[in-house]
Amino acid sequence: MSALFFLVFLGLVVAGGFLLAFFWAMKSGQYQDSYTPSVRILFDDTSSTTDQDAHETTTA
Amino acid sequence: MTTNILTPTTVCCSHCGDVCPPDPPMELEKAFCCEGCKTVYLLLSEHDLSQYYLLEEKPGISQKRSTQRENFAFLDLADIREQLIDFQDKNRIHIRLSLPQIHCTSCIWLLENLQRLHAGVQSCRVDFLKREAQIVISEDTISLRELAELLDRIGYPPIFRLDDLGEKQGKKGKQTLIYQLAVAGFCFGNIMLLSFPEYLGLTAEAGLSFGHFFSWLNLLLILPVLLYSSSPFFRSAWLGLREKHLNIDFPISLGIVVLFAQSLADILLQSGPGYLDSLAGLVFFLLVGKWFQQKTYDQLAFDRDYSAYFPIAATRLLEDGEEQVAVSKITSGDRLFIHHQEVIPCDAILRKGNAEIDYRFVSGESEPTTKYPGDLLYAGGRQMGGAIEIEVRKAVSQSYLTQLWNHESFQQEKGNAVQALADRLSQWFTPLILGIAVVSGIVWWWFTDISQAIRVMTAVLIVACPCGIALSAPVVLGSATRILGRMGCYLRDSGILENMATLNQIVFDKTGTLTHLDHKSEVKWIGKFLTDDKSIIQALAAQSLHPISKAIRMGAPRGPEARYVTEIKGMGLSGWVADKHVRIGKWIFIGGDHAHQRPGTWVSIDGKILGEIQIRDHYRPGMQETISLLGQQYELALLSGDQDRERQYLTAVFPPDSSLCFSQSPADKLQFIQEAQARGKRLMMIGDGLNDAGALSQSDVGMSITDQSGSFSPACDVILDGKQFSQIPAILRFSQGSIQLVRAAFLISSLYNIVGISIAIQGWLSPLLAAILMPLSSISVVIFSLSSSWLLGKKHFRSANNQLQE
Repeated sequence: MSALFFLVFLGLVVAGGFLLAFFWAMKSGQYQDSYTPSVRILFDDTSSTTDQDAHETTTA
Repeated sequence: MTTNILTPTTVCCSHCGDVCPPDPPMELEKAFCCEGCKTVYLLLSEHDLSQYYLLEEKPGISQKRSTQRENFAFLDLADIREQLIDFQDKNRIHIRLSLPQIHCTSCIWLLENLQRLHAGVQSCRVDFLKREAQIVISEDTISLRELAELLDRIGYPPIFRLDDLGEKQGKKGKQTLIYQLAVAGFCFGNIMLLSFPEYLGLTAEAGLSFGHFFSWLNLLLILPVLLYSSSPFFRSAWLGLREKHLNIDFPISLGIVVLFAQSLADILLQSGPGYLDSLAGLVFFLLVGKWFQQKTYDQLAFDRDYSAYFPIAATRLLEDGEEQVAVSKITSGDRLFIHHQEVIPCDAILRKGNAEIDYRFVSGESEPTTKYPGDLLYAGGRQMGGAIEIEVRKAVSQSYLTQLWNHESFQQEKGNAVQALADRLSQWFTPLILGIAVVSGIVWWWFTDISQAIRVMTAVLIVACPCGIALSAPVVLGSATRILGRMGCYLRDSGILENMATLNQIVFDKTGTLTHLDHKSEVKWIGKFLTDDKSIIQALAAQSLHPISKAIRMGAPRGPEARYVTEIKGMGLSGWVADKHVRIGKWIFIGGDHAHQRPGTWVSIDGKILGEIQIRDHYRPGMQETISLLGQQYELALLSGDQDRERQYLTAVFPPDSSLCFSQSPADKLQFIQEAQARGKRLMMIGDGLNDAGALSQSDVGMSITDQSGSFSPACDVILDGKQFSQIPAILRFSQGSIQLVRAAFLISSLYNIVGISIAIQGWLSPLLAAILMPLSSISVVIFSLSSSWLLGKKHFRSANNQLQE
């Protein structure tokens, strides 16, 4: 039963970690703009072909 | 936007989708409407950016502009550059640019791939709703000016206004509330969990050790709530006390302190588990209410003044050339070169050139004024007739227009009636509660002992918290603000609703408010029926920049060419079209009888007078019904900066006892509002231009109408989308309904208070009961407020067609 003391305390520490993670996410500013990311994820990454060619020629 | 009927043979521009002329510029077997569009298309395909055209249908912005390219030379000036950039490290510059032409997915894609167009661009991140882009460039590869020119070339010219200079404030305040809310919520949840065994009576069985351990943990958890999350309430109560004034945060703070003290005593003396769960819940719900009320519209600005409208720099003429100069550095006596469609930054005298100044936005005159060398030009007007040279008379801050902003009405804060209501409530609420607590304490002391008396006193103070009252107004008003926002009516803050609900007079501006602020007008032809002649007249009108000419040729397809065209200022336009001599203008000019003068604009072909052209302002659809609906409930008035050409028409539209005043200066408008307020009226002013700024600020509610989000609107309380003009009666009725809902919610929370106090004075308030009652009252008030305001919104704004997409 005494394990409960320890477990409850540990649980609070883990939960506190999540709270800190929340602060960190807020600070990163990702919530300032909630619309544009929804558009951005739908873009194809077409740059790979041209960049890859350039990369290959330089490393060859 | 011109509507073109598309026939099967119509060719559309591959870049912007506009209809192409008969012999379009071609490249790679694609047609374009102009060289500009073709240039952008080639530029994009050269840099492998053709995906731009795949994401949306014809996303390009038409490059058919008669004006020269924007002049970005001022970006080379070091002091302007310093004030514009956000951040600089090594050789990289971070800058945030306003690009109002962003309108679709392709725009976002193209701008975020800007580095493919120029190696100097390191990254570009678009914020679509704000129409902004955060760009990082390396300065040794591309300069700020070159960046602006690049953006201009692909169709997204950055706009720089005077208020972009100077400090940019952060949005820290809103974030702090979120952090406080997060801490309160975290602690609330955990304390409730830890209190559960107590509710279920398990701690008695498991032995004192557990109950005690959890209570100490709760004490630990309540500390951040007390010290961090509750600080807004303590601060507000303290500020109020310093002014010898009890606001609503005082009983809240008192309740928090008493709750904590009683719980601390209980836990230390091991006489109970304390009320910490109720305390955490109380703070959490109050902060939720605060956050809910704080709906702001970041993409709109409610506090713009003239500096958001003026340009940053102008072209100053020197002995041997010209230079760019920051507008703030312009002094009296400077000679400036104003290009077509530029705004005149200061009061000045015209020296050279044809001046057709459009003062729509500044004074409300709907037609441009012709000015001659030697005339005084006021700051804020837009030059429409080509390039001119002016000599500055007064610096920017001392010009006639900007003086308006020094008026005291701009310095005062507008009263917020709901806040006042809540504060007035707390004036008698607090003494009442203290009185009940003391009386019941004395009674109990008489019958039992002091410890029980103290317990009852604290119970009364705990449960009689005005948290229900403090929640009902924020939630109802926050909900109403959001509903109105979906209807295109954006409030600066929720408190304005109370002002909107208690109006008795509405004042309108004319140009831009009752009328559309574009160059469309209603053209009425009075005369012989026209067939081919109409296109002939329109062909001649196409040669002139005058707004009457523009109105005449509105919507006309390309017709025959006009030749030997001469335009005589103030008289008219004449030329030859298809071998016919056409004249448009004043009666005498077109060949009318000198003896019988007639006003207005006339047309003659080959000497034969065909008829008269009447131009009337293009009023917003539904204006008449809206005005008559409003006239039934409110006293109306019209204050226009324009001349009284429209007086006859408007007298018929407005109710009989309305005041219609024309040729009003900004000071006149302000004075009208002040006089009406002195007579006890509560006014709403509806306007849209710089000349309404004083009146908007002085009136109880200032509403600004805008046709384009992102375009300038003066400092105001409410911004209304021009398309929703006819919703104004419904909006006002909705705000009245919302205030009634606030009162109803007040009532419900008062019921809780009565129930709670009766329980408390009988000594029955256990921690369990408190933990049930207090969150219950908060939640039910919130649910009631949300659902009733949602229903109210449905009732007043019935059809889904009214909803805007933004």
